[in-house]
Amino acid sequence: MIELPFTIPLPMLEHLSANAVLMVFAVMIPLFGAVLLPFFSRQPNTRDAISLLTGVALLFVVLQLLDVFNAGSRPFADVWELMPDFHLTFRLRPLGLVFALVASSLWIVTTLYGIGYMRGNKELHQTRFFTCFAIAIAATMGIAFSADLLTLFICYEVLSLSTYPLVTHKGDENARRGGRVYLGILMGASLGLLLPAIIVIWHVTGRLNFSIGGLVNGYFTPWQTGLLLAALVFGLAKSALMPLHRWLPSAMVAPTPVSALLHAVAVVKAGVFSVVMVIVYIFGFETLATITRTHWEAGSWLTYIACFTIIASSLVALRQDNLKARLAYSTIGQLSYVILGAALLSPLSLVGAAVHIVAHAFGKITLFFAAGAIYTASKKTRVSELGGIGRMMPWTMTAFTLGALSIIGVPPTIGFISKWYIFLGAMDTHHIIAVITLIISTLLNAAYLLPIIVSAFFGSAPEDSQPHGEAPRLMIWAMLLTAGATVILFFCSDGLLRIVGEIPSQWEPMHLL
Amino acid sequence: MLANALPVLHIILPILAAPLCIILSRFGRFAWCLTFAVTVIVFLTSVNLFEQVYTTGEAVRYYMGGWQPPFGIEYRIDLLSAAMLVLVSFVAMVVTPYMRVSAFDELIRERLPYFHAAFLMCLVGLLGILSTNDAFNLYVFLEISSLASYTLIALGRDRRALAAAFQYLVLGTIGATFLLIGVGYLYLMTGTLNITDLAIRLQAVEHTRPILIAFAFLAIGLCMKIALFPLHIWLPNAYAYAPSAVSAFLAAVATKVGVYAVLRFFYTLFGYDYSFSGMHLALIFIALSVPAMLIGSTVAIFQYNLKRMLAFSSIAQIGYITLGIGLASPLGLSAAIIHTFNHAIIKGALFLALGCFALRLGGKVSIEAVRGLGRQMPFTSAAFVVAGVGLIGAPLTSGFISKWYLLTAALDGGWWISATIVVVSSLLAIIYVWRVVEALYFGTPEPNRRPVVEAPAMMVIPLWILALAILWLGVDTRLTAGVAEMIAHALIPSPAPLTGDGV
Repeated sequence: MIELPFTIPLPMLEHLSANAVLMVFAVMIPLFGAVLLPFFSRQPNTRDAISLLTGVALLFVVLQLLDVFNAGSRPFADVWELMPDFHLTFRLRPLGLVFALVASSLWIVTTLYGIGYMRGNKELHQTRFFTCFAIAIAATMGIAFSADLLTLFICYEVLSLSTYPLVTHKGDENARRGGRVYLGILMGASLGLLLPAIIVIWHVTGRLNFSIGGLVNGYFTPWQTGLLLAALVFGLAKSALMPLHRWLPSAMVAPTPVSALLHAVAVVKAGVFSVVMVIVYIFGFETLATITRTHWEAGSWLTYIACFTIIASSLVALRQDNLKARLAYSTIGQLSYVILGAALLSPLSLVGAAVHIVAHAFGKITLFFAAGAIYTASKKTRVSELGGIGRMMPWTMTAFTLGALSIIGVPPTIGFISKWYIFLGAMDTHHIIAVITLIISTLLNAAYLLPIIVSAFFGSAPEDSQPHGEAPRLMIWAMLLTAGATVILFFCSDGLLRIVGEIPSQWEPMHLL
Repeated sequence: MLANALPVLHIILPILAAPLCIILSRFGRFAWCLTFAVTVIVFLTSVNLFEQVYTTGEAVRYYMGGWQPPFGIEYRIDLLSAAMLVLVSFVAMVVTPYMRVSAFDELIRERLPYFHAAFLMCLVGLLGILSTNDAFNLYVFLEISSLASYTLIALGRDRRALAAAFQYLVLGTIGATFLLIGVGYLYLMTGTLNITDLAIRLQAVEHTRPILIAFAFLAIGLCMKIALFPLHIWLPNAYAYAPSAVSAFLAAVATKVGVYAVLRFFYTLFGYDYSFSGMHLALIFIALSVPAMLIGSTVAIFQYNLKRMLAFSSIAQIGYITLGIGLASPLGLSAAIIHTFNHAIIKGALFLALGCFALRLGGKVSIEAVRGLGRQMPFTSAAFVVAGVGLIGAPLTSGFISKWYLLTAALDGGWWISATIVVVSSLLAIIYVWRVVEALYFGTPEPNRRPVVEAPAMMVIPLWILALAILWLGVDTRLTAGVAEMIAHALIPSPAPLTGDGV
């Protein structure tokens, strides 16, 4: 039990234990920062300092929660009665804690990078940018700790709405169109598929909370289970499962720090996190595994769609010359690794999926930071222009290399561990297609990332390029931090694996349909 | 003695104040002060009445002139009436400061005293409908509010306002006359006009032909008043060409009071079993709600005039409310009542925002005219976004609470297709709301438009009061969902939901 050195003044939190209050703080702290920031729009240094301080405070709280978790406690918080019978609830779960750790640590790094990028490119509307960032992180924390589908849905929607001004930051025609696709697909899927699915679950079972062993056991036939799973997974369009992936490339109109946030810190991670939570705690990991052994329609199709998404997006990524577009399609594929890991319904692949959330976050954010650094230093956006840039921007490209290795899954990066576990899970369930997909996609990942590195360090610069220096220092530090993390996490993966390993071992034997 | 007269204070005061506005005010300033004072007092009395009814659980009664029912006119304020009284008086109180700028800009100043008088009479008509327990008295107040609203609409700046008012007059009078015929037949068969008394006496004559006819006439008359498809024709023009404050006020409360009348007649007077099982009103409401939702939302997407767009959106939203009523279950009725409250505030806020734009743009609020206003009128545009997001039904807004209740009620009753239509209509709402948001924030202003600044505080503050209410009611739902569930359980005697087999 953590002893807080002060009493909680807010009356609504009086009934919560000190540990549970930490989760509420994790959501409130970024919101508090978001409220403060607009008042300092004329003082950029103060404003940016507040952003960073808020991030540090958040990380502190989340680390406290890690201590709480390691001490064996899993606090529960009934925060607010939204409607009669419906309470917003939080609970500390292993996967949520991991997600919160990733999001809170990367928020600080992204803020650092963002400050450097916005100042380096003399961008407008910086206050709006950092304010929406803070709201998005608050929503992400809410998603990470939500204990029921309604809380998850509310925070999920707030995330969509708060990232819209970020995606359309530039305010021009391109931004408008990109924003339209972004919000159209995300809100359309969530209001059209996710919300009805949630209401169906509530209507049939009378509950919405994430439960160990699943919530909907025995209420649905295999076909209904499959349809419900489809509605939920496609409703969670932030997971970018094809064919609802189009919003990701469209969101490339955003400035690079936003892309980093979208792809690594918050948005897509929230999508796949929610998908994994749904599979594990709504349908029940072991229950679904048992049903799908005899009825493919209940969930096996998800593995094939994930495999298709992985291969198709990697192939499309190969053909993209715009660096950020290439990285966007790479993300689509990487997200489907997580979905595949969860959909394979093997304990090993589930661990791999959870670790991949972390691995992809650090790897991809490094790549996006590098892309933004290249743009800030040289205004180059195309892969074909990047010849020889490794010599002019050695730090950037080193970071890029490490990030790429993690995405490809080469030891000693954390990306190797996650892919390895998913691979083991695929072998364990004898899912030949998944095994083949993993092998081919690793080759494809290498094919769309390695040539960039090779030509950057050993290639010759294009004829019309000007010589330029490195990116601003803040950006380099941010990049090296995340790149270093991919390696450090490889060597310190025990703690992570211990937390994540708890997920599959939580289920109890459940009665079958 | 004043405490005893409290239940009718909100009727007497506006009636007394309305002629004073005309007599004592030449250019409208005194009329406005009087109106504002009246709306504040009416709001306070409504809150007091609500508190009384909520805590004691009993209706407040007042007998006009001291004559006992069923011979005298009885005023009976139960929880539904009290909640609606608070809603209507709150909207009136918020719109009145707004009117000080908006109406004074849009109308010739010689007409302003008449405008305020008509506003007060419209208000008293609406409040009277909510308070009375006498069927004919309800008709009288309905006519008072309708006549006053015809006047208010006709005062609009656009010349088409006259035609719109006339169209509304014709259709509204037909509706009110149908209502009168219905009430007449009821009186014929039972000899009483008191609603509570009618409810008792009707049981003996339920299946006689005059009562069946009365039911039909009442249904059609009331559906005309709430603009249920296909009797909605008067609404788009009326809301589009009326003065901005009038559009906001009418859009917020006029149809909602009509919904109250529907509930009062079909739940209290005729009784739940007779209306919904016996006379299949439930099926009719559901069947008409579906095209209302679809057609309203779809046509809204193609409108250039933003007020017309919101008017068609209202038609769709009224479809939600009637769907909730048609589901004929406590959950469905709760959903309808919740959406009545929430939509009133959301639509009110949206129309107030458009009025702010109209003030600065010189009248015409079209999708082209508002381009780029997001930067020049930030507070108004932000409020529009908040209200628009509420209309879509995103979480943390009151609109989400209504959607949730409505969808759960529809699925609870087995009405899968209706639930799907609700979802489709919400998706369509995203389209027409986001069109405006994009125009506001991404559009480049028309080249020859004069430079605009933010609307005056007296318009923006009422707007933001409503916008904040939308956000607050999305989080703290005791006033909307809590009260609605209590009302629904009071109105429906025994929960006997209709199960649908397909629609």
